[in-house]
Amino acid sequence: MPVMDKLKAVSGTAAIVGVAESDQIGRTPDKGPLELHAEAGRNALADAGIDKSEVDGVFTAGYSTYDVAEYLGITPHFTDSTSVGGSSFVIHIAHAIAAIQAGYCEVALITHGQTGRSDRARAGGNPGLPSAQYEVPYGIIGPPVAYSLAANRYMHQYGEDRTREAMANIAVSTRKWANMNEKAFFYDTPMSFDEYHDSRWISWPFHLPDCCLVTDAGAAIVITSAERAKSTRKGAVSILGAAEGHDHGILHQMPDLTRTWGRHSGPQALEMAGVTHDDLDLAMIYDSFTYTVLATLESLGFCGPGDGPDFVADQRTAPGGDFPLNTSGGGLSYTHPGMYGIFTVVEAVRQLRGETGQRQLDDCKLAMAHGTGGLLSSTGTVILGRD
Amino acid sequence: MADGYNKPIPIPQPESDNYWEGTKAGELRLRHCDDCNQAYFYPRNICPECGNNNTSWIVASGNAKIHTFAIVHRPPHPGFMDDIPYVPAIVELEEGPKMATQIVNVEADPSKISIDMAVKVVFESITDEISLPKFEPA
Repeated sequence: MPVMDKLKAVSGTAAIVGVAESDQIGRTPDKGPLELHAEAGRNALADAGIDKSEVDGVFTAGYSTYDVAEYLGITPHFTDSTSVGGSSFVIHIAHAIAAIQAGYCEVALITHGQTGRSDRARAGGNPGLPSAQYEVPYGIIGPPVAYSLAANRYMHQYGEDRTREAMANIAVSTRKWANMNEKAFFYDTPMSFDEYHDSRWISWPFHLPDCCLVTDAGAAIVITSAERAKSTRKGAVSILGAAEGHDHGILHQMPDLTRTWGRHSGPQALEMAGVTHDDLDLAMIYDSFTYTVLATLESLGFCGPGDGPDFVADQRTAPGGDFPLNTSGGGLSYTHPGMYGIFTVVEAVRQLRGETGQRQLDDCKLAMAHGTGGLLSSTGTVILGRD
Repeated sequence: MADGYNKPIPIPQPESDNYWEGTKAGELRLRHCDDCNQAYFYPRNICPECGNNNTSWIVASGNAKIHTFAIVHRPPHPGFMDDIPYVPAIVELEEGPKMATQIVNVEADPSKISIDMAVKVVFESITDEISLPKFEPA
């Protein structure tokens, strides 16, 4: 089990000093995924004011680190290709803290890039994986089908009408945030409750707006020691807490379809940071689907099991509400190239720095970013702060 | 092989040969831990509960109840184009384990299917080698 005394001792010893997206996000048919990794990496280093020659730790998922490092001309002394779906890049943050603390590297670069929109071909499944024998033959293929199965179980336990209303609230409030982010795929496209309810089914109980976008995009994060962060271009966003884990791979092995590993990674990250839910100014919660947010808020402990619909009621998570959630517009309305987790961190850092223009929160000092990967399988939670 | 079957087909693996031989013979075979005295799914040689390999095979009754289901309208694979709307599900077997499957021989309408509904296994032969266990209302 995690040793909390040791984790508390490293809280705040590393900092995020650079974040960026690729030059363009949304639809980039003339760019490959590796190019998006590289663009984002270069941009994040520029954001930090750090030359690539100083990068000695490389972290990525989707590719091996040598693919990204070779492209960028980086020869790292520490490499981590941990690949646990969309949570990977949030989880890399904890690994970067550990590597920096242990002395394996000083400047960690985490990169992401995918062309989910332009490259719609799906990779063939590995027949040796359990999913190929026990889920895929039944048409349980891809996240929309799997997550809709989980969502229906939630509806059964906690009420269909209030669950539907909660999913509508999340979809509509997230769209309002996207309408304030010029980089968002749906920046110019508002959505009413009626439009939500009248939209077509993808996999019942999911309407189309319950499902994330499929876009092209890359992003990157630069992390270094708190000491070194002082001399970077924009200064430090402190990493106060970080936690991770998973409790299943394929869906039908999930112990409880309404509870994610966030029930462990959330409390662990908060305790490591020495803060509580009420201290947070912003929550960036991976929204692959509206239901993902609902189940995750409960799992993280923002409210009790089954209380999520009350928690998100009345557009409380929308601009002007008292619980700002997914202020970039999220995976639902800003961008979602496949493994979106890194973008929760990018937005949290920008809000903490005060760089988000018309959607900027007042006095944002403490934020949570939370990634989910696989089929509700894996989670990573970080707590970020700025003085 | 059924004509035109163009959906993903399971490829039996060393730990699942007996499972797929079972479904072909009209039996739903489960791994059973003789230390825990508990069946588990999916088939693997080491018990996921206790970690021992004192395990055997049993034949399930085929009785189950629906743990959850969905109704797919947008096919996630071209092979399912002619099947929509179809009903993927997780069922809880009488013996305890849960497995993923499809609910068949019922209208794909949320008012006609319910969680906790009793279902029983049926075997759909999709190739000379493979029969898929699916479930229909009991």
